[in-house]
Amino acid sequence: MNKEELKLRLGEMVPSAAFEEGGEWTTVVIDPVAWGGLARELRSDEGLDFDYLFCVTAVDWKTHFMMVYHLTSTVHRHMLVVKAKLDHSSPVIRTVADIWRTAEFHEREAYDLMGVEFTDHPDLRRLFMTDEWVGWPLRKDYDDPVNMIKL
Amino acid sequence: MDVGKSFPGEVHPTAGGGILVTKLDEVINWARSNSLWPLVFGTSCCAIEMMSTAGAKYDWSRFGFEVARATPRQADVIIIAGTIVNKMAPVLKRLYDQMADPKYVIAMGACATSGGPFFYNTYSVVKGADHVIPVDVYVAGCPPRPEALLHALITLQEKIKRGGS
Repeated sequence: MNKEELKLRLGEMVPSAAFEEGGEWTTVVIDPVAWGGLARELRSDEGLDFDYLFCVTAVDWKTHFMMVYHLTSTVHRHMLVVKAKLDHSSPVIRTVADIWRTAEFHEREAYDLMGVEFTDHPDLRRLFMTDEWVGWPLRKDYDDPVNMIKL
Repeated sequence: MDVGKSFPGEVHPTAGGGILVTKLDEVINWARSNSLWPLVFGTSCCAIEMMSTAGAKYDWSRFGFEVARATPRQADVIIIAGTIVNKMAPVLKRLYDQMADPKYVIAMGACATSGGPFFYNTYSVVKGADHVIPVDVYVAGCPPRPEALLHALITLQEKIKRGGS
């Protein structure tokens, strides 16, 4: 599918979705509550067949978090970017580790460094930091007076 | 007769051969300095420059470093080629402890020397590998060129020949 076809199709699937323009790929912004159902459909629908989740990102915008999922299909060779806005005080979103296995580690990384909670994740624990580490190092408001020399 | 600047001692020619006059300590140091086996250890981009130094173009085997060992028990020198993070620090310490004496350490590049580009505003980087293990030679650069690493290795050889440890 090309960009316009993808856009039309997604508009049918999620009527509340908003689209971002100007990017290289079709970018859709959805409500995090809709993510679980949409993800399953993106993966299983024959015309879409997004079988490869190649990037999971969490962005701290200070007022909110934005989850960014980059998807592609090895069959149709089309790309899609899905974004979901999360609350800054308690960022929670459904895991997609059961839909794309690769998300298991990607989501652990986002949890480890940004503190995003993925519900129903099979193994949500620290990945890079030690198990006893307190805090989320990549958040904009993160402070570590012991290890950090401020400039 | 002088046997060359590199070998410590002199040969006195006599009938039927010659007599070598030297000090045992100096001969041992001379031998050690010309056969330093580095440990295979690299934690970031400095390791790429280290591999280049070992490769055909710069070829550190010309100076006696060719036998890179994958176990600390057989290595003489550890080149800290890269950033040391807090999680890596105990591993580095253990590797150093497992090396047999005499052992030498080269801190290669800005990260291993002082934390370098990660000195400020970082929660995870050790600000200089000398917080973990003692360092013999520091190399500036980010990453240092292979020539700089070769210079550091030769500096270490000179230090050993002088009797430093």
